[in-house]
Amino acid sequence: MWIAVLTIAVIALIAGLTLSYASRSLPADSDQLVEQINNLLPQTQCAQCGFPGCRPYAEAIAAGTADINLCPPGGDDTIKRLATTLGKNVLPLAGPAALDRAVAIIDEALCIGCTHCRSACPVDAIVGAHQLMHTIIASECTGCELCVAPCPVDCISMRSLP
Amino acid sequence: MSAPTYDLGKLHGGLRLQAHKKDSTAAPIQNVPLPKRLILPITQHSGDPARPIVSIGERVLKGQLIAQTDGSIGAPVHASSSGNIVAIEPWPVSRRHGNNAPCIVIECDGEDRAIDTDERITAFDTLAPDALLTRVLQGGIVGLGGAVFPTAQKLMQAITCDLDYLILNGVECEPYISCDDALMREHADEIIGGAQILLHALKLDVCYIAVESDKPAALKRLGEVMGDLNDSRLILKQVPTIYPSGGEDQLVQLLTNREVPSGGLPTDVGCLVQNVGTAAAIYDWIVNAEPLISRVTTVTGDGVVQPMNVAARLGTPIADIIEFAGGYTDRAEQLVIGGPMTGKSVTTDRVPLVKASNCILVLSESPSVGAELPCIRCGDCADVCPVQLLPQQLFWYACADDEAKIRSHGLVDCIECGCCDLVCPSHISLTANFRMAKARILEQADEKARAERARQRFEARNERLQSELQLRADELEQQKAAGRQAGPDAIAAILKRKQDQDKDR
Repeated sequence: MWIAVLTIAVIALIAGLTLSYASRSLPADSDQLVEQINNLLPQTQCAQCGFPGCRPYAEAIAAGTADINLCPPGGDDTIKRLATTLGKNVLPLAGPAALDRAVAIIDEALCIGCTHCRSACPVDAIVGAHQLMHTIIASECTGCELCVAPCPVDCISMRSLP
Repeated sequence: MSAPTYDLGKLHGGLRLQAHKKDSTAAPIQNVPLPKRLILPITQHSGDPARPIVSIGERVLKGQLIAQTDGSIGAPVHASSSGNIVAIEPWPVSRRHGNNAPCIVIECDGEDRAIDTDERITAFDTLAPDALLTRVLQGGIVGLGGAVFPTAQKLMQAITCDLDYLILNGVECEPYISCDDALMREHADEIIGGAQILLHALKLDVCYIAVESDKPAALKRLGEVMGDLNDSRLILKQVPTIYPSGGEDQLVQLLTNREVPSGGLPTDVGCLVQNVGTAAAIYDWIVNAEPLISRVTTVTGDGVVQPMNVAARLGTPIADIIEFAGGYTDRAEQLVIGGPMTGKSVTTDRVPLVKASNCILVLSESPSVGAELPCIRCGDCADVCPVQLLPQQLFWYACADDEAKIRSHGLVDCIECGCCDLVCPSHISLTANFRMAKARILEQADEKARAERARQRFEARNERLQSELQLRADELEQQKAAGRQAGPDAIAAILKRKQDQDKDR
């Protein structure tokens, strides 16, 4: 019987040593986790979570410094998916839910060509040059509303999509 | 002449339904008079909308091109009669998703003057197949069986495949609909002519013309025309009257015993299926230079005074067609565009007749189906499913919104025939559920693609900003380095020069 106990103990020791060595010296797969979380986020890059874009938010979740319920455009669906992936509890969305998908529209007659909105757009969906009229590439706009506030003449409005 | 052949096929499931076709086939096809206004949707096909090339106030002639495609999947639209364009605006239409669609409205002048053309090609067999296909593309012809896929693009896809058979689909298996039956009785020569054009364009040698066994008059007439022509490439096939033997994949299986693979097309097994109406439309366009501006449609149901088959211009309001058929009876309750199994009920008869409208069905109140009860897992739906799916499992996963399972159980192969709905003892509307699940899957895929693009753009932007920042830092560093290199000597030299200048003064 002692032989059996000894054998098991030795096997356990070897396995334990190997695992502890592997966990220390092999590179961590946090990048993969970030990638996985990032894929679940809606990629609106709206920064409503308090992080400058979806990827930084994914990094914060992976590092455990942010809750999973901070993404209004993703809504309850995204929270559910994040909870399943990370093995966490489903939380109610922090803050109000996002409205339907919308795109920004520039009233081109009012635009003074200040380029403020262009530099605010996280996905480069605004075309325009200094002192020339700007316009939004509707198919690339994620509806993040980040361009609305910087406009000095309030010529940008959000239009919901059917 | 080739004799009708009984080919009792190997169709899985299916149902024998009450036909209800006698009423509408009693009289020959009648012509609906020109309406005051024609409403032509710019999307009468599957694919991208056509682009209007006319403006309001412009005068157009019958057969004139009014909306053009721009290279993507689609079909052009032609004016159905002469008149003035009075509006290009959203109008109620009958289609799968959404209720309004942009339409071109023509105020008819009643002259019905056709546009001049000298493109009538009677000797089509002297034309190169490619030229013939390009010509078909301009005719605005789409599959008239119901799917309205642009015919030219279907042919262009098919020509790249290894084909054995052309199949003309005269199997009108859905109850009430009889427009193909009427067309085969009265325009058999055009259908056969269309078949010959298609055979030439595709360089094929065998064409099966499939007709259901409950259409003896159509079979006889087609047989006569084929006997006169004595073309050995054409073979008439009679198929049993089982719903849905007229489905593309089902018909291929019945006639050739080849199974179309999951998610595939009949061309994958060497077959190309075209509706008989499409063949006739191709003949009209190639030989008579008349684009697809009218179609035969069935007006029927117990809500119509005089059920019949009519030939009407595309764009004619459904209300006008029903009025031509004697109007509504007192029992009229529900208006359906298409058949009772696959059609769509609409709430207004202002919708226009479009290329897809093969039937206008007015029913008295729908037979009471009773309340929906929980699934008892009897498996009747799986027995009748012509695609051999497991509807009760699919329903289960569709309710749970389990996309992976829905996919692995083959939802994409569902032809939405409605057989499972009919046999379900719990009255569950399975097909409606599947339709919604399909739309949801599409929507999710769309959303994913959009998110992926946004992610790429966001990352590209960050990279750009980073590199700009780096560039500026490098420049600053360079300037500083230049300053350092200059050192105190250079400053002393500058001071000396200044002193010299002052001295000179």
